[in-house]
Amino acid sequence: MSHEQPQERPQDRPLTRWQRFKDNDIIWSFLHSPGAMIAAAITVFSILACLFAPLIAPFDPFDPSQISLWDGKLPPAWVEGGQPQYLLGTDNQGRDMLSTILYGGRLSILVGLAAVCLGMVLGVTLGVISGYVGGVTDAVIMRIADVQLTIPGILLAILINGIGRAFLPLELRQEFAVYVVIIAIGLTDWPQFARVARGATMVEANKEYVQAARIIGLPAWLIMVRHVLPNTLRPVLVIATIGLALAIIAEATLSFLGQGIPPTTPSLGTLIRVGNEYLFSGLWWITFFPAIALVVLVFAVNLLGDWMRDALNPKLR
Amino acid sequence: MQFTKLLAVSVTALTVASPALAENVLRWTSQGDALTMDPHSQNEGPTIAMNGQIYESLVTRDADLVLQPELAESWEAGSDGWTFKLRQGVKFHDGSDFTAEDVVFSFTRANHEASDYKEQAKSVTSVEVIDDYTVKLTTDGPNPILPNQLTSIYMMDKGWAEANNVVAPQDFKAKEETFAVRNANGTGPFTLVSRAPDELTVLAANPDWWGKGMFPGNIDKIEYRPITNAATRVAALLSGEVDFVLDPPLQDVKRIETSEGLSVKTVAQIRSIFFGMDQGVDKLRSSDAEGNPFKDAKVREAFNLAIDKDAIQRVVMEGLSFPTGMITSPGVLGNTPENDASYGFDAAKAKMLLADAGYPNGFSIQLDCPNNRYNNDEKICQAAVAMLAKIGIKVNLDAIPKAQHFPKIQKRESDFYMLGWGVPTLDSHYVFSYLLDGEGSWNATGYNNARVNEITKAITTEIDIEKRTAMIDEAWSLVKKDMPYVPIHHQVLAWGLSDAVDIPIAADDAFRPRFAVMK
Repeated sequence: MSHEQPQERPQDRPLTRWQRFKDNDIIWSFLHSPGAMIAAAITVFSILACLFAPLIAPFDPFDPSQISLWDGKLPPAWVEGGQPQYLLGTDNQGRDMLSTILYGGRLSILVGLAAVCLGMVLGVTLGVISGYVGGVTDAVIMRIADVQLTIPGILLAILINGIGRAFLPLELRQEFAVYVVIIAIGLTDWPQFARVARGATMVEANKEYVQAARIIGLPAWLIMVRHVLPNTLRPVLVIATIGLALAIIAEATLSFLGQGIPPTTPSLGTLIRVGNEYLFSGLWWITFFPAIALVVLVFAVNLLGDWMRDALNPKLR
Repeated sequence: MQFTKLLAVSVTALTVASPALAENVLRWTSQGDALTMDPHSQNEGPTIAMNGQIYESLVTRDADLVLQPELAESWEAGSDGWTFKLRQGVKFHDGSDFTAEDVVFSFTRANHEASDYKEQAKSVTSVEVIDDYTVKLTTDGPNPILPNQLTSIYMMDKGWAEANNVVAPQDFKAKEETFAVRNANGTGPFTLVSRAPDELTVLAANPDWWGKGMFPGNIDKIEYRPITNAATRVAALLSGEVDFVLDPPLQDVKRIETSEGLSVKTVAQIRSIFFGMDQGVDKLRSSDAEGNPFKDAKVREAFNLAIDKDAIQRVVMEGLSFPTGMITSPGVLGNTPENDASYGFDAAKAKMLLADAGYPNGFSIQLDCPNNRYNNDEKICQAAVAMLAKIGIKVNLDAIPKAQHFPKIQKRESDFYMLGWGVPTLDSHYVFSYLLDGEGSWNATGYNNARVNEITKAITTEIDIEKRTAMIDEAWSLVKKDMPYVPIHHQVLAWGLSDAVDIPIAADDAFRPRFAVMK
C-alpha cells in the first residue's frame, strides 16, 4: 500500500511536476475514488452555480420589482399550465423557482461557509491554546466544550439566534438576520474543532522540533502559530468539510422553523418552509426542488468529507 | 373456549354500545380553543362562540346575523333606556329559574373591573327590576343600538355564582383560576360535560332547553378538539376524524371541495383588511424621505392605486376575498356599494402622483405586519412589497406575531402597518370610534377630520335612523376622499364540512349548534 515511497519506483529519473502532483498521496487517493470525484464535481458545480447565480438565474428573486403576483403558483414548465420562462415553476409570490433556488443556495452555502469558518477559528484557537498550555486553562476550556456538547446543537443555535434577535432593534433585525444565523451556528460547532485541535496539539507539543523551538527561546504564541498550528490542520480540515454539511443543514433547519433567514430573501430552508404550507393543495414543486437541491448539496459535501477523513488518516489506509 | 368467551363478551359490549352510536355526535376542530369558560372574562371570537353554546344573552343573532330574541322575548326603546320582557319558564342547567335578578347580576358582573365586556355594557348605567320577568336597562343618554351591543353579554345565575365564589369575572391578565373557568351553568342548548383546555371539550344537549323543537338542530353531543397545525386539521377532516373544520387554510379549500363526502361553505366575513399610513407625525421613523410623505394626499392615493387588489384576491387568497375601497364590510350599517368599490389598480398613475408630490424616485419605508392573525396576512404584505417596489417605494417588511404587532399600533409607533377590523355591533360607529376618530384607540394614522369626529359623537345619541344613516354616509364619503387607509379586501370565511352534517355558516365565524343537523 505504501505507493508513495520512492524506492519502489522502477525508474530513477527525476519526476515531472505533473507526475509528482499525481503521485501525491491525497491526489492519488482522490483519483482512485470515483465516489469522491463525483461528490467533488457536484459540490464544485453547486458552489459555482450558486456563486454565479446573478449571471445564470433568469430572474433576480430578491428584487421585489421583478416579481409579478399574477405569475404566482405556476407549475414547472413541463407540467400542464406551466410557462416556459419558469422552468421549475413559481412560488406563491410569483418568484421563479430556479432563480430562487440558485440565490437561496448561495445564501445557504455562504452562511454554511461563514459559520464553519467562525467555528473553526474559535475552536482551533481555543484547542491549540488548551493543548499547548495545559493545566487549568486546558481544564476550563475543555469542560466548557464538554458542557456545550451535551446540549443539542440546534437548540443552542435557536437560543443564540433568539438572544441575538432580541438585542437587535426591530428595524435592523431583517438586515442582520443572516449574520445572527452565522454567529448562532458558528458558536454551536466550535467544540468539535477545539477537541480535535487540542488532541493534535498535545501530540505535536512533545515532539523534538517543538522542544527545540522552546529551548532556543521562542515565545509560546510563536511556537503555537508557526510550528504547532500547521501540523494540526489536516484533521481540522476533515472536521470542517463535514461541518460545512452540518452547518448548511442547521441553517435550513433554523429557517424551516421560521427562526432564520426572512422569507423576502429566502434560503433553501425558508423555501422548504414556505412550500410546506402548500403541499396539501398540490403545489409540490415549491418544496420539492429546494429540498432536492439541499439533499444533493449536503450529500455531496458529506461524501467529500468522508473521503477526506479516509485519505488524510494514515491509520485507515 | 377462551376465544368464544371473549367473542361473547365483545358481542354483548357491541349490543350495549350501539344505542350510544345512534346518538348524533358532532366532532369538530379549529385552530385555537376558547380562552376561558367564564362568560365575562375575555372578549375574543372563539371564546364568545364557545360560551354561546352554553350561555345565552337577552338578544342574539341567527346565522344570518339578524337580531333574534333569546332570553328576552321583546324589547322597546324609551327616552332614557330600553325595557326587556324576559322569556318565562327558562331554567339554568343546575335547575334554578332564570329571573330578572339574574339579569341585574349579569350586568353588574359584565361591568366589573375585570370584565372584558365593559365597552359593550358600560352604556347601561343601571338595571331596574320591574317585575320578575321585566327589566329596564337605563342608559347614559339615548342609545339607539343597545340591543346590538348585548348579543355577547351572557346571562349567569346569581345563586350559582355566589355559591361558587365567582361573583367577579376571572382576571385573565393575572392568570386567575376560578370555578367558572372550567365549569359553566348557563341556560343554553348545551351543557358542559367535560373541559380539558386545548385538548377536548365535551358538550351534551340540554333536555330542558326552552328552545327544544323550535330549531332544526338535532345534535346530542359535541366533541371539540382544537388542532393547532393547519395541515393536521385538514388531514383530520379528510380522514373522517372530525365532521367540521372551522378554519381550513385557504389553499386547501379546493382539496376539501373535491374530496368525496366533504364540502366547503363560504361567506363574506365581517372583517376588513387594510394598511394604515401615519400622516400624523412630522417625520416618518423608518423612511429616508424628508418629513412625512403621507401628509400629502397624492402619496396616499398613489399607495392605494399601486396595490393590485385583484391579484391578491386571485393568487394569495385563492379567490376567497372581496376587494374593497372601505374598511368595513357589507352587512355593517354604513357600507354602501359606492364606497365599497375599490380604488382600482393603476401603477402608472401611482408613479405620476408620486412624482407630482415630489418623490419621483420614491422613498423607503417599513411595513409592520402580523404573521398569525388574518388569513394569509404575511403573504399579503409580501405581495404589497413587490407591488410598491414597482412604483419606486422600497418597503422593508417586518412580519411578527400579533402579540408584538398590536401594541405597536396601539402605541402609535408604526409608519405603515396592516390591520384587520371586525364589527360585532354591525354598526359603523364601532369603526369610527376605534379607527377614524382623531382620538380612536386603534387609529394610528393620525387622521383627524373635524367633521368625522363630530359625526362619530353625534351618532351615538341620534335616534332618528334616517338622519343617523345619512350622517354615517357622509363620514364614509369623507374617508373615501381623504384615504387615511389602503383598503385591501373583506375576508371570506370558509368552513370545511363532512356531508354527514349541515351547519349554516355565519359571517361572525361562530358555530351555532342549534342550527346544526346531522343526517
